[in-house]
Amino acid sequence: MISLTDFLIVSAVLFCIGLYMIVSKHNAIQILIGIELMLNAAILNLVAFGKYDRFNNGGQMFALFAIVLAAATTAVALAIILNVYKQYKTIDPGKIDKLKD
Amino acid sequence: MNLAQMLFYVMSFIALASAVFVAATKNLVRSIFMFFITLFALAGLYVLALADFVAVTQIVIYVGGILVLILFAFMLSGRETLNAMALQQKQFISIGKLPAFLLAALFLIVLLNMIIKVDANNLEWVKKSIESKNDIPVNAAMTEDIGVGLMTRYLLPFEAISILLMLALVGAAHLSRKGRGA
Repeated sequence: MISLTDFLIVSAVLFCIGLYMIVSKHNAIQILIGIELMLNAAILNLVAFGKYDRFNNGGQMFALFAIVLAAATTAVALAIILNVYKQYKTIDPGKIDKLKD
Repeated sequence: MNLAQMLFYVMSFIALASAVFVAATKNLVRSIFMFFITLFALAGLYVLALADFVAVTQIVIYVGGILVLILFAFMLSGRETLNAMALQQKQFISIGKLPAFLLAALFLIVLLNMIIKVDANNLEWVKKSIESKNDIPVNAAMTEDIGVGLMTRYLLPFEAISILLMLALVGAAHLSRKGRGA
């Protein structure tokens, strides 16, 4: 079988790619995609460890909850991004530095 | 090296390579479509971790829901958004990417070091669960267990998340309506 360490390494690399996207991108939608990558790395860890918890099945269950949470987050975040674009005509988070225009 | 291992390496290579492409490309639309491939490969990895229901949910909600939502959000929001994005990307070609890369690489080194030190296959509780037959066998059908667990043991988080989902629905609808005073 595939060892647990392999899953952990894949998810660590995915997490770091997401971290790089969040820090380096100047576009709110790409930052959102970076957050999704990090969430997916966490879900991969949950699922991989959930293999050893058959009766309570906690890993897979909370992976499902995390996916649903990600959907809710994305919907609200996209609505906020569109509103910010309407107000400031930019979606670079570095340029949005006023609470009230 | 059996078939499952080979599939695991192929899937993880596809997932990581497309994720790197998503992070590296300048074109936003192309990066979103590449993210599709990352998510599909991750669903394959979930299947290999014996979580088939989670894999199907991943495809239905992530690929069918979230990505289509992202695509719609900025393709329906008019040409100005796209133009503004293209302009921004031309301005920032390679300014200040090095610190972010250094941060991610150093964090990756720390994580890998920790993973190798932990040696997850020989953890105490993992061994104990294998001994007491608490690990999922390859031919197990877990979907029924998930359904029963959702209505018994995990009922409180299920209810909490349904309330939160409704709040997010109302909030997103409120934020994105056309009128004044948002």
